[in-house]
Amino acid sequence: MTSSPAQQAQASRPAGRRAAKLDERLAGYKGVWVFVEYERGQVHPVSWELLGEGRKLASALKVELAAVLLGPPDGAIQGFCDQAVQYGADLCYLACHPVLKDYRNAPYTSVLTELVNRYCPEILLLGATTLGRDLAGSVATTLKTGLTADCTGLAIDPENRGLAATRPTFGGSLLCTIVTLNYRPQMATVRPRVMAMPAPDPARSGRVIEHPVALIEESVVTKILDFVPDDLIAEANLPFADIIVSGGRGMKRQENFRLIYELAGVLGAEVGASRPVIQAGWVGAERQVGQSGKTVRPRLYIAAGISGAVQHRVGMDKSDVIVAINEDANAPIFDFAHYGIVGNAMTILPALTQAFTEHLKTLKRAG
Amino acid sequence: MHILVCIKQVPDSAQIRVHPVTNTIMRQGVPAIVNPYDLYALEEALRLKDRYRGRVTALCMGPPQAEVALRKALAFGADEAILLTDRAFAGADTLATSYALSAAIRQVHRSLPIDLVFAGKQTIDGDTAQVGPGIATRLDMQLLTYVSKIVSLDLAAREIVVHRRSEGGVQVLKTRLPALVTVLEGINEMRFASLTDMFRAERHPLTIWNKDDARIEDATKVGLKGSPTAVSKVFAPTPTNRRAEIIETHGGQPIDLAATLVAKLFSSRPDVAFAINPSLTPDRRSL
Ligand SMILES: Cc1cc2nc3c(=O)[nH]c(=O)nc-3n(C[C@H](O)[C@H](O)[C@H](O)COP(=O)(O)OP(=O)(O)OC[C@H]3O[C@@H](n4cnc5c(N)ncnc54)[C@H](O)[C@@H]3O)c2cc1C
Ligand SMILES: Nc1ncnc2c1ncn2[C@@H]1O[C@H](COP(=O)(O)O)[C@@H](O)[C@H]1O
Repeated sequence: MTSSPAQQAQASRPAGRRAAKLDERLAGYKGVWVFVEYERGQVHPVSWELLGEGRKLASALKVELAAVLLGPPDGAIQGFCDQAVQYGADLCYLACHPVLKDYRNAPYTSVLTELVNRYCPEILLLGATTLGRDLAGSVATTLKTGLTADCTGLAIDPENRGLAATRPTFGGSLLCTIVTLNYRPQMATVRPRVMAMPAPDPARSGRVIEHPVALIEESVVTKILDFVPDDLIAEANLPFADIIVSGGRGMKRQENFRLIYELAGVLGAEVGASRPVIQAGWVGAERQVGQSGKTVRPRLYIAAGISGAVQHRVGMDKSDVIVAINEDANAPIFDFAHYGIVGNAMTILPALTQAFTEHLKTLKRAG
Repeated sequence: MHILVCIKQVPDSAQIRVHPVTNTIMRQGVPAIVNPYDLYALEEALRLKDRYRGRVTALCMGPPQAEVALRKALAFGADEAILLTDRAFAGADTLATSYALSAAIRQVHRSLPIDLVFAGKQTIDGDTAQVGPGIATRLDMQLLTYVSKIVSLDLAAREIVVHRRSEGGVQVLKTRLPALVTVLEGINEMRFASLTDMFRAERHPLTIWNKDDARIEDATKVGLKGSPTAVSKVFAPTPTNRRAEIIETHGGQPIDLAATLVAKLFSSRPDVAFAINPSLTPDRRSL
């Protein structure tokens, strides 16, 4: 979208600060990097999403896309290099060492900083997870470069080859585009599920560059005494759910949330909620969808009794199909939902549960 | 024990409105509050002070009006409050902010050594969660982010054990002091300020520092000049031209509305139908 001059005038920094020409030393920084978050035998899916996005940036710049993997020499990590290539990387920097077994700020910062200083990428992307935000903040400070958090859009400015990183601002009501001036690499974090998951291409091949790690455990001050995994049943796996049924303040009472769970049960869906529902304690905080909750992009999002405030919308409007149930025909959610039913959620939800049950039964019989 | 808590004064973003026609931010009348996440940090520091005794210093970088935020911290029980304010700081991004704050923290440390620095998880205006890690890195302190519980603090051994929220679980971490802790929301419940503390807060002299007081030597590293990032534009989200297709039926009975919607979803959105019922293989879907 293009902005009007009035919006341009909103820019809080003079446009003159947009450096036209990079220092010669910085112009030598080439390539797009994605930090691949590897922990306890698994890669966080946000890393694959970022490789998909990084691919586009690298193509626009006509440079290589690299994945950076840090972790213990556990045998599995090599396989993830291959996967990174399938998801779009041209090469993979691999740093393996027992010290890197579980994430700790200091050794990870030191190795990633070292890699950047040695190979000089122009862009470095990380997931905006608890790990990515912790690491990005330290690495950007060590490198004394710019970092833009929680971006929702990344693009290359054709004029100066710089990264234009767009993120929500002012409580989500506006977006702003941030550029990094005369500093490299340009760093950004992106939340899980904001970018689409690319399709892996098994035919792709790439190189692996192993980076030796010269760290010793004795020099790492912070020790991990224990790791307590989340109870997988209690922790809603919202960001990756295919179908989500969400309720808002319009559900009126905690007991009425049963209707949401019943519909979710029939659909094999996860349950989500808007912030007032979490604040009222009707469901746990891990189910909050929106700017200060989770970003989701299911195939189907059913919102009952949710008005569609911008802070909720930014967390769910990438869903393939949005169905809204609201008794107010003028509720903002009808401005971006695909289908709407104007009516009382307390009667529509049980009817939907029944209609889906019947439809699925018919399909089974036919089948 | 000496804990320094970083608090920021922020506009109450719940009350920010965007002008519907000009897309500009209407700031008038929007109250300034202490960043809600920082109150958890302050309360956690005060709880440690209740247990181990010692001092809590609140530090805020901002315009002169940010004094209000520090008075609030004093009213809750902070012993000292420092306002870091200088026109040179204007327009700072997170790198420049962490530079100025860490210089001030170093200066505080010179007169009374600091064991812990506390910060909020993030601010509600900047929303970056970068300033905490930035300060820790600059001061070469151990960094503990997203802390959901302080398990133990051993001042003699100079060790702290915390629970740190991470992806898929909680890390139990032990580290050495001094450390920087960013505190997760919900870790505690803020106390009420007592009347005595409120009166004390009103009379308590604030320490006001400019960049020289904080011994910031390199003025090119603060404010706009010291910020690698710049906002190139601010704009409103693209309005979707979409308007929901409202399901209507004769009589408008819930069950008829529901059945119409379900039929529509299954007939016109094969992807959704597939998600609901994976046995609908692509072949059968085309039947
Ligand atoms: C910094 C910040 C961050 C925020 N982060 C988030 C976030 O992450 N997620 C989030 O959701 N919000 C967030 N919010 C809050 C957000 O601004 C809205 O207040 C919130 O999304 C509104 O929730 P709601 O739609 O459930 O409630 P309301 O806005 O009160 O809407 C309730 C809706 O229910 C309808 N309704 C009432 N009764 C019925 C009925 N019987 N049947 C059908 N419909 C009915 C009403 O018509 C109304 O549209 C944030 C706010 C701020 C300032
Ligand atoms: N101007 C400031 N003055 C004091 N503390 C700050 C300031 N800016 C950020 N902080 C601290 O850093 C944390 C993270 O801020 P942010 O990186 O802006 O999300 C906040 O919760 C505060 O504890």
